[in-house]
Amino acid sequence: MAFIFKRTAGLTEKPTHYCPGCSHGIVHRLVAESLEELGLLGRTVGVASVGCSVFSYEYFNCDMHQAPHGRAPAVATGIKRVLPHNTVFTYQGDGDLASIGTAEIVHAAHRGEKITTIFINNANYGMTGGQMAPTTLPHQKTTTCPLGRDPESTGMPLRVSEMISTIDGAAFVERVSVDSPSAVRNAKSAILKAFRCQIEGKGFSMVEVLSSCPTNLNLKPSEAMRWVRENMVPYYPLGNFRSPKGGE
Amino acid sequence: MNRVLMKGNEAIAKAAIISGCRYFFGYPITPQNEIPEYMAREMHKVGGVFLQSESEIAAINMVYGASGSGGRVMTSSSSPGIALKQEGISYIASAELPCVIVNMMRSGPGLGGIQPSQADYFQVTRGGGNGDYRVISYAPASVQESVELVNRAFRVSEKYRIPAMIAGDGMIGQMMEPVDFSGIEELDRVERPWAATGTDSHPGRNVISTLMLEPSSLESHNVKLKAKHDLIESEEAMYETYNMDGAEVVLVAYGTTSRIVKNTISALESHGVKAGLIRPITLWPFPKQAFSKIPSGCKLVMSVEMSMGQMIDDVEIALGGRFISAFYGKAGGVVPTPSDIVDAVISNLEVI
Repeated sequence: MAFIFKRTAGLTEKPTHYCPGCSHGIVHRLVAESLEELGLLGRTVGVASVGCSVFSYEYFNCDMHQAPHGRAPAVATGIKRVLPHNTVFTYQGDGDLASIGTAEIVHAAHRGEKITTIFINNANYGMTGGQMAPTTLPHQKTTTCPLGRDPESTGMPLRVSEMISTIDGAAFVERVSVDSPSAVRNAKSAILKAFRCQIEGKGFSMVEVLSSCPTNLNLKPSEAMRWVRENMVPYYPLGNFRSPKGGE
Repeated sequence: MNRVLMKGNEAIAKAAIISGCRYFFGYPITPQNEIPEYMAREMHKVGGVFLQSESEIAAINMVYGASGSGGRVMTSSSSPGIALKQEGISYIASAELPCVIVNMMRSGPGLGGIQPSQADYFQVTRGGGNGDYRVISYAPASVQESVELVNRAFRVSEKYRIPAMIAGDGMIGQMMEPVDFSGIEELDRVERPWAATGTDSHPGRNVISTLMLEPSSLESHNVKLKAKHDLIESEEAMYETYNMDGAEVVLVAYGTTSRIVKNTISALESHGVKAGLIRPITLWPFPKQAFSKIPSGCKLVMSVEMSMGQMIDDVEIALGGRFISAFYGKAGGVVPTPSDIVDAVISNLEVI
């Protein structure tokens, strides 16, 4: 009997701690499947960042290195320079990447560092209890903008993929979502392309994944997915912002 | 002996490369820029990597990643830059990774000035980042000793899996002296079965992490680090004593200041004061053993520092109240002169 769906070897057997309906489970699976399909698991080092996904070092079935808040791209740079023939990826949330770690991600892209970043954008700080992130939408309520985010005093949400795609060293930048089965398939395709970009030595690659956080949005899982589709996607348009010349 | 005239910073960089350092990540700051500049010129010639990071914070995190991947790695900076690196140093210490960090101290606090100072004593001996950890700190007093201590720092750092710091100052970094590299050797490759290099290269899965949310497991980790610190305290403390027989005044000084104090000892002799010197070579572990050598007739132990009084705390702990202690210091990048120190000793003796 042929298997049409089975557990990926890219994940350990440890049950994840993520909340029901959280997108981390989906994205972990996509990253793990991609590494497995590309035959990279045995020579990959992943970098876990600070936030809900800090424990990703227990879930990805490859060597892992946990980084200080925001510094994953710098840690990944050190790893990649010692192990240039390995695959190195960072897995970072929006508080980590778009706030405290903006310098590190901008300069990793700027150097054309041959690493892959999986950037989870769920419009809030999940682990610390749902505070405002740079990616929080205008008028979205969080625990540190209880009246709704006021762009007059806190700025408009940061569009990271657009920003990174202006940097010459960024070879591949794509924004995807995981709010529907077809969106998940597109996300997988982008993640595969990003890793291929690294293997081929083209430069820095990043996939931004619009994600749901039912716990902090105070919505049911299905409603949180709809919230992503109806509120995040209009402000954060999906699509490819940058690809290496001459194909993927 | 084949000696060459070299600037302290460049000699340190050369000694690191001879020792087998193949990865350097750093960010420019005065007065240590000759180290990254030397690395930029020379590292590629031995197949190594020099990378100028976007900040001191990124540099130390590149060191963290590179060390966790098994690389022999160094960074260098100066006081405010070392302050920025403290978060990463805390992580490296917790993850028990080896690396060498050079701090060519300048005057502070804040942006301060670029002249030599020893005002980072607390920063280099008390951690500086969060949590219970230590780094081994070596305080060279000459260019020759700097290169020897760089070689030793890599060896000891790898032996104990702990960050090692060269705590120099702007004077050590900037001055030129004859230096002999014949005793500096490439270190043997210490096996790193813990390194995260990809599961193809070792059994099981290697994870470098400093997160221990379960209090009892974190406490166990702290207890394990403490045992390592205790071992280092008993095995690795280094010091020099000078002219201690029958000394009625013992001066305690390290690095640049210790050289000035040595010149003070003969001047004190002409004032009828017999003085000796204890020179800590490791600042942590602090060489408490040296203080048992103080003659029983000693009237005064004086800590001489280019700070407003930081090592004096360790001196007084080591003395345990057995002798009268005093402090003399200059700050802001002002270097004490022998006559300053003679005056301080004599005025202290007058009030005892």
